[in-house]
Amino acid sequence: MRTPLSQLDLRTASSVNEALGILRDDPRTPVAGATDVYVALNFGTFAPRRFLDIWALDELRTISMHDGSLVIGALASYTALTQSHLVADHVPMLAEASRLVGGVQIQNRGTLGGNIANGSPAADGVPVLSATDAVIVLRSVDGERRIPVNSFYTGYRQTVMKPDELIVAVEIPHVEGKQWFRKVGTRAAQAISKIVMAVVRAESPRIALGSVGPTVVRVPRTEAALASGASADEAAEILGGEIVPIDDVRSTADYRRKVAMNLLKRCWTETA
Amino acid sequence: MQFTLNGEAREVASHPMARLLDVLREDCGLTGTKEGCGEGECGACTVLIDGEAVCSCLIPASQAAGTEVVTIEGLGGTHPLQELFMNEVGAQCGICTPGMIMAAMSLPEKPTLDDVKTALAGNLCRCTGYSAIYRAVLKWRSMPVPE
Repeated sequence: MRTPLSQLDLRTASSVNEALGILRDDPRTPVAGATDVYVALNFGTFAPRRFLDIWALDELRTISMHDGSLVIGALASYTALTQSHLVADHVPMLAEASRLVGGVQIQNRGTLGGNIANGSPAADGVPVLSATDAVIVLRSVDGERRIPVNSFYTGYRQTVMKPDELIVAVEIPHVEGKQWFRKVGTRAAQAISKIVMAVVRAESPRIALGSVGPTVVRVPRTEAALASGASADEAAEILGGEIVPIDDVRSTADYRRKVAMNLLKRCWTETA
Repeated sequence: MQFTLNGEAREVASHPMARLLDVLREDCGLTGTKEGCGEGECGACTVLIDGEAVCSCLIPASQAAGTEVVTIEGLGGTHPLQELFMNEVGAQCGICTPGMIMAAMSLPEKPTLDDVKTALAGNLCRCTGYSAIYRAVLKWRSMPVPE
């Protein structure tokens, strides 16, 4: 049942500093494009009742280059990521992932910061950030912390964020090597992934997967094998033993393991 | 909450977390916008906010404040695309139709069939099989309809 409106409380911030002050004095769950928050509220499955609307903080929408890194404001929408020349030039697989999120309506409102904060292991954008060793910029009244995305999640939908911190940006360091992204779902649009893989193929390959564990994961044993000359077939076997997918409503563990192995082999053929 | 609805200034006293969908249907009495899934999957509740297609079931009223919202009623009932949906039988049961038409509003000037499919990928129809919908949209923009 939908969460009753009478239980919900919203404050609206008109600047990042105001938002940080509110999060310090009156902790609440930030809400941006609401494409995840409102699904959960509409189904009555979301615990938080007190929210902070940060949608109006245009200062968090910029996409720019800084010291060789692509810096993406937390409120950049998937539509903005799809249309950005900087994203297309530096991290084309992030544009590809963004095009596969929901439909146009969701892409217009969903944000990269929201994708990170929601913490779903099936997030479309997070494997790209994981494979590129992106850094999440958290800000509070006390200042900023930079947390590598690969140490941001501590468990299923759990992160290292403190209640008074806001995700303000993501920094993606210069990517050397070929990028490859594939999302497998029941259809191209409007699907939550059965499995999603993002790869940077370089001397030391970086491989991230979604929907195969409680968080988006990197696969260090598979990466190490490939770096020391293993074939794609050998590496796929290692990958099959390294991930721990589960059976759920979208797919089965067996299917996910098999497809993950096949995706790695396909990736290696296509990026050869 | 003050906003512009189909070209006219409106003020409603809704809860800031009311769904825009409910504000439109219940506070403003515009029931052309439909609720299908309530989770952003079906697109039946699609409206335009400042020209961009959104699912109104996922929009807090607070985020519509100060914006221009256009619903199916804003097209007036005799919009060429509405006529084409009738004439091409792009509407059967009709529940998806307002959302389909609003989603089509943000298409580029000369859309290809692929553009149309992408723009409408967030809208589900369980009656037509989509081809009559795509045909209506392509004819509206005077684009060739593939066999």
